[in-house]
Parts: sequence; structure tokens; C-alpha cells
Amino acid sequence: MPTLKTGARLKSAVCDGEIMVVAAPSGDVDLTCGGEPMIDASSGESAGGDIHPDHAVGIAMGKRYINEAETLEVLCVKAGDGGLAADGALLLQKDTKKLPKTD
Amino acid sequence: MNVMMLLEMANSAFPDRIAFTNGATGETLSYSQLFSKAGTRAREIRASDSNRFVKLDVSSLVTPLSLFASGWAGIPYVPLNYRLTDEEIMRLIERVKPATLVTSEDRINSFQNLEGLEVLDSSDLLSHGGEDESLENDWDMDPEEIAVLLFTSGTTGEPKAAMLRHKHLVSYILGSVEFASADEKEASLVCVPPYHIAGIAAILSSVYSGRHVVQLPNFSAEEWIRLVRKHQVTNAMVVPTMLKRIVECLEETGATNAEMPHLASLAYGGGKMPLPVIEKAMALFPDTDFSNAYGLTETSSTISVLGPEDHRDAVASSDELVRRRLVSVGRALPGVEIQIRDDEGEEVAPNTRGEIYVRGEQVSGEYEGRGSVVDSDGWFPTRDAGSLDEDGFLFLEGRADDVIVRGGENLSPGEIEDVLMTHEAVSDVAVIGIADEQWGESVAAVIVLKPSLQVSEADFQSFVRERMRSSRVPEKIEFWTELPYNETGKLLRRVVREKLG
Repeated sequence: MPTLKTGARLKSAVCDGEIMVVAAPSGDVDLTCGGEPMIDASSGESAGGDIHPDHAVGIAMGKRYINEAETLEVLCVKAGDGGLAADGALLLQKDTKKLPKTD
Repeated sequence: MNVMMLLEMANSAFPDRIAFTNGATGETLSYSQLFSKAGTRAREIRASDSNRFVKLDVSSLVTPLSLFASGWAGIPYVPLNYRLTDEEIMRLIERVKPATLVTSEDRINSFQNLEGLEVLDSSDLLSHGGEDESLENDWDMDPEEIAVLLFTSGTTGEPKAAMLRHKHLVSYILGSVEFASADEKEASLVCVPPYHIAGIAAILSSVYSGRHVVQLPNFSAEEWIRLVRKHQVTNAMVVPTMLKRIVECLEETGATNAEMPHLASLAYGGGKMPLPVIEKAMALFPDTDFSNAYGLTETSSTISVLGPEDHRDAVASSDELVRRRLVSVGRALPGVEIQIRDDEGEEVAPNTRGEIYVRGEQVSGEYEGRGSVVDSDGWFPTRDAGSLDEDGFLFLEGRADDVIVRGGENLSPGEIEDVLMTHEAVSDVAVIGIADEQWGESVAAVIVLKPSLQVSEADFQSFVRERMRSSRVPEKIEFWTELPYNETGKLLRRVVREKLG
């Protein structure tokens, strides 16, 4: 499993989900969606296979997801039915603090 | 990362929503139109030899189109200040060639036949192409690519070109805006100039939240009021001088209520807001939430906000320390850290004046050809002076360079201005340091009196003496009819200094 690069776009191998890496830890990360390793978004492969039932919480466009240690953060750019996990642990949804609109 | 990704998401979530309306002409662009036109323009830019995409024109639908097309094509977007002289503009263009320049029809002839410059008419950029074409989302996702080059106003020497990378702008948006959070009925009136960081931030955050932007290309209070009513505007951002004009304009009609209940939020920033102006505005707009934002070009716009709750708490409080927060710029955004440091670079205690330092993902602090001024721990020195109170509220005290050093004592012009502003006859005031043989520098004040009021220099001197230490008493006071401001409401102290001689 390669290291994740900030700004990289990855897609799910089993659903329509697509993410961008916002922040990544150094070292290898096994990032999965629906239980299957995510693939480069520009690759020609299309989604197939089944979502693992333990990885089926879904991802919503515009939501950010983080690992427990908050060293990994991704942004969902296309919604999907699979759930995200890093090294086997499900990612958590990060809240955007509601701010007054200033621009 | 790429700012185009923000538009891509908006386009897939609500393609048919109106994204931008030119308030002057009524023309509109939906998200899908903006997206496909950006793709078409990007292909043309790539086919040219240009390394920069330069825009020299007032706000229009071409403004967001240029920003996104540049991001898609992978070259920096460079919006120029159209109020500069032709000579100044030419010098900046020389620095960004080879480039494509998009400008208004009446300016095209001034820039024809220059080597390394392809000139386009703004209206052509908008009119042709961009429909029913198959586009590949092939923009670069390298977060280090430069999205925008912004020339800072540069009070001394040539303007500096601040480099904002895609990672800075995207971090700012992800950290401060919830995707698709705006209702279809929401509309934001944008009247800040397109070459100002607040103009860039307004485009990106509105697109990401799905909020319709109504553009006001040439500000006047009358036109602002008309557009707010016409488009049932819900959000607006103004600089202090604009708010002052809006308040005056409403008062001239005898209004005690602006009668714009749909205006849910009014943000201001970009300069010091006089207390009487904000107090009057809050009375005229009783249904509106006020926010004060502080930020710099080098920090991708806003780094601290005084929110509506803070405004209300300050007005309602009997505690003087809480009340004075009404003139603060609030607290740091999430993900942004703010420190105040002394001349030796050491962090100071709360309520102590010093230079403002800032750190965070959205902070660039980098200039083309000059490198980064961010230190090894990521801190950017803003050159703004200020202080933090115990609860982290930030108070601005002008530029660090504006400090008056009188006989070794550092005096803050802002502090003295605040005291003079409380005098009933004062409409506006600027305090600056002037050369003094004995003290090195001494305090001078320029006062704009309210109509038909007369107060002598000596009266003002004793007014300050009663309230501050004697070193703060202006040794020279002049009375002018107005003070010089730039178009974003910043007092031009340099001009005051020159005129005072």
C-alpha cells in the first residue's frame, strides 16, 4: 500500500464514492472504501463487487472524515454507499464548526 | 487540491442554480454554465503560451470565470487593480508576462502589440462557447500549484506579489464553509473589488456553500440599498467606509429602520470601524446579524471573526472590558493560531501591545521573487500591531510601522484616535508621528469636525490630557474637511504624513 499524497483523488472500487486527501500521515496507510482498497480516481477501472456489510455507512459529498489520531483527513467529493476505513479502523465524520458568514 | 474541485462539487450538487448575477447588467451564470465555460476557456489558455491569466476590469461574470478557468488550466490568476495609472499597470504586466490579459473594450488598445501579451475582450470571454461540450476534469491536483497572484498595495516601493497556492485557498474554504449549506433563496451582495483577497474569498465560499452572488461593480450606497432590496439579499460584506455611507444615506432619508429584514447577515472588515458607525448600523438593521472579520492577502482572507453573539454580548454588557470587544476583530478561526510578540520576538502577556503573528494551513506569507517570510515554526509576521485580551479577542492598533516613537516611548496612534473620537465634535481623526528635534517623533492629529461645530486646538489638547498620559497629547492639530482613504476603507497615513509635511 503506497503512502497517501495530499491533494490526491481516490475512488472506491465498490461504489460511486470518491475522496480527496486533505492531510495524510507519513508512512503507509491502507485506505479502504466499502472494505476494498481505494484506487486512483483517474484510473479507468469502474466500480464492481460488493460492499462489505461492516463498511456500509456511506459517505456524503462535502463531509470530511478523519482517523482517531486526526493524522488522516479526507474530503468526500462524490457520495457513495461504502464507508471509509484506514488500516481497518472506520473513519469518523469531522464537524465543520458553524461560523458567521463573513465573505 | 484545486479550487476547481469546489466548483465541480457545486456543479454536481446543484447545476441549475444561479451562481452569479451581475447587479449592473442583470446577466447571470448558473453553476453548470460557469463550469462548462471554465473548461472551454481553460483549453484555450492551455493552447496559448501564457504563464499567467491577468484580469484588468471591474467585477462581472468574467471574474469568477477567470479564477476557475485559470485553476483548470493550471496557471495563476492575476487580478489587477484597475484604479492604478496606466504606467503602474504596465510595470505589473511586465512582471507577469508571458500572459493573457482580459480587459474591457475601452482599454484594449492600450495593451495591443506588446510582446508576450495576448489581449482579450471581457465580453468575448463570456459570450462564446462553453455549452454542450464534453469536458474532462483534467485539472492538476498538486496542492503546491499557485492559484492566485495578488499584488499587495505596497506603501513603500514596488508592490509585492503574494502567492496563494491551491492548498491555502482550499484549506481556508474547507475550514470555514460547510458544503451546500446555503438555501437556494440565499443571496450574497459582493461589492469588494475583484483584485482584493476578500473578493476572491467571496467567490470561493459562495460557490462552495451554493449561495447566489449578486455583484455590485461600482459601489455607491444608493445602488447597494437598491440591490439588497431588489434581490432580497440575505448576506453582505462591506468595508467600514461603505457602511458609513450606507448609514448616512439611510439617515438622509429620515429612516430609523433600514427595512431590510431579509438581510440576515452583514459582515464588515478591511479597516477600523468607528464605534458610532457600528452602533448606528445595529440600530438601523435590528434584524441583521453583524460580524467583523480580520484577515490579510497573505492569509487567504479571514483569520479572526467577531460574530453576532459577540456583538450582542458586548452591547448588552455592563462590564467595560466586554463592551470594548465591539471594536475588536474577534477570535481566531478554527485551525488558525494568533500570537502577539514584542520587538524581540517574545510572546507578550494578554492586553499588551505588540506585533500580530499568525499560523495555519491557509497562511501563505510568500511573495514571488522574495521567498517566504514565514518562520521555521510556520508563524507569519503580519506587520499589524495589536493585542489579545484574556479570552483571546484580538484588538487592532494599526500597522506596526505606524507606531510613534517619542523619546523612546512607543505610542499607538489608534489609542489616541479612539480617545479623540469620543469627543462630540469629532467626525473623523488620524493620529500620526511627525519628525521632532527634541523627541525624535512627536504626536500630530488631523481632525475632521462635524458640520458647524468649532473646537480649538487647545481644547482638544486638554481633552486628551484629561484622559491620557501627557506624552500622548498631540503637539500639532490640523483641521481638514476629510481624510484620505483607499477604496477598501484603509486610512492612507502616508498621504496624511506627506500633506502635514
